[in-house]
Amino acid sequence: MNLFFHGAADPMKQFEVQKWFELPPVFGYDISFTNASGFMLLGVVLCIAFFGYAASRGKIVPNRLQSMGEIGYGFVADMIRGTAGEEGLRFFPFVFTLFFFVLFANVIGMSPYAFTTTSHLVVTGMLAMLVISIVIIFGLWKNGLKFFGLFAPSLGDMHILGKIVIYAILIPIEIISFIARPLTLALRLFANMLAGHILLKLFAGFAVTGITAGGIGLLVAPLAFGMGVALNALEFLVAGLQAYVFAILTCVYLNDALHPSH
Amino acid sequence: MTPIILAAEAAKGAEKAAFPPFDPWHFPSQIFWLLLLFGSLYFILSRFILPSIGNTLERRESSIASDLDEAARLNDEALDAQKAVEVSIAKAHGKARDTADKARAKIDKEIATETAKVDAEVDKKLAEAETRIAALRADAMKNVEAIASDAAESVLGKFGSKAGKADVKSAVKSALGEG
Repeated sequence: MNLFFHGAADPMKQFEVQKWFELPPVFGYDISFTNASGFMLLGVVLCIAFFGYAASRGKIVPNRLQSMGEIGYGFVADMIRGTAGEEGLRFFPFVFTLFFFVLFANVIGMSPYAFTTTSHLVVTGMLAMLVISIVIIFGLWKNGLKFFGLFAPSLGDMHILGKIVIYAILIPIEIISFIARPLTLALRLFANMLAGHILLKLFAGFAVTGITAGGIGLLVAPLAFGMGVALNALEFLVAGLQAYVFAILTCVYLNDALHPSH
Repeated sequence: MTPIILAAEAAKGAEKAAFPPFDPWHFPSQIFWLLLLFGSLYFILSRFILPSIGNTLERRESSIASDLDEAARLNDEALDAQKAVEVSIAKAHGKARDTADKARAKIDKEIATETAKVDAEVDKKLAEAETRIAALRADAMKNVEAIASDAAESVLGKFGSKAGKADVKSAVKSALGEG
C-alpha cells in the first residue's frame, strides 16, 4: 500500500529504466533488453506495420489507412522540399525514419504506464549526434573545404578592414551556434517530453492525493484533474510538434550541408 | 506510521539513484537498442516500404494524368464528331436544296414545253379553222356572186336590157368587191 503510493506519487518513477531480459555484456557493456528497449521496439514495429500496410496495399484508389500512410509520405517529402529543396530528397528515407521514430515514441509515451523513450537524453542525444554527423560528413564529402563557408557568410562589397572586423565577431558566433545545434536538438525534445510527463504525473497525483486527503483536498482534486485533462491535450500537441520540430530542424541542417553558402 | 515509512522510502530512493534519465547504468543498453532499432527501421523503410509507397503515388499520378489525357482525347473526338455531324447536316441541306431546285427547274421546263406544245396545237387548229372559214367564206362569196349576177341578169332581162352576161358578171363582182 505504502509502496504503491510512493511509486504512484513519485513523478520520476515513470522514467526509471528496468531490465526485462538480462543479456550477456558485450565488451563489458550491459545491453540488457529494458522497458525502454521494449517500448522503442513497439514504436518501430507499429511504424513498420502502419507503413508496411500502406505500402503493401498499394492500390490506385486507397482506403483510409493506406491514404494516411501516403499522406505521411507526402508530408515528409513536402517538408524536405520546403526546407532543403529537391536535392534534400536524397535524405528522404532518413528524415522520414527520424520523424516517425520520434513521433511514434512520443505518442506511445502518452499512453498510461507506457515508457517514453524520447524522455531520455541518451536517446535524443544519440539521434542529434546522428543528424549532425550526417550533416558534417556529407557536407565535407560534397563540398570539401567549402563546407566551412558555413561559418563565414558572404558580406558582399565591403572594405577589407570592415570584413576582418565583422568576421572576427561573426565566425565565433557561427561556430558556437553550429556546436549548439546538436545540443539544442537533443535537449529540446528531451526536456519537452520529460517536463510534460512530469507535469501530467504531478497533476494526476494531486487529483488522487486530494481525494484521499479529504477536506480542502476535495476542492483541489477536480481542479487538478481538469488541469491534467487539459495538459493531456497539450501533451499530444507537444508529442506531434516536437517530432515535427526535430525533423524540420534536421532538414534545415541538412540544407546547410547541401548548400553551405548562406 | 505512514509518514515515517514514506520518508524512509524517499531517503532510500534518493540514495539509490538521483534522476533516472541521468542514471548511467542503462546508457550502453539504450544506445545499443536505439542504434539497432533505428537502423532496422531505416533499413526496412528505405529498402522496402518507402519505394513501394512512392511507386504507388507515382502510379496514381500517372494513371490520373493518363485518364485526364484520355478524357481530353475523347472530348476532342466528341467535338470532331459534332463538327462532322454539323458538316453533314449542312451538306444534306445543300443537297436537298439542289434536288428541290433541280426538280423545280425540270417541272418548269416540262410545263414550258407542254405549254408550248399545246399553244402550237391550238395555233395550228386556229390556223386550220381560219383557212376553213376563209375557204367557206370564199365558197359562199362565189355562190353569192353567182346568185347576184344571176339575179342582176334576170332583173336586167325584165327591164329588157341587152347587157352581156360577162359585163353583168364583172359589174356584180366590182359591186361586191366595193361592198
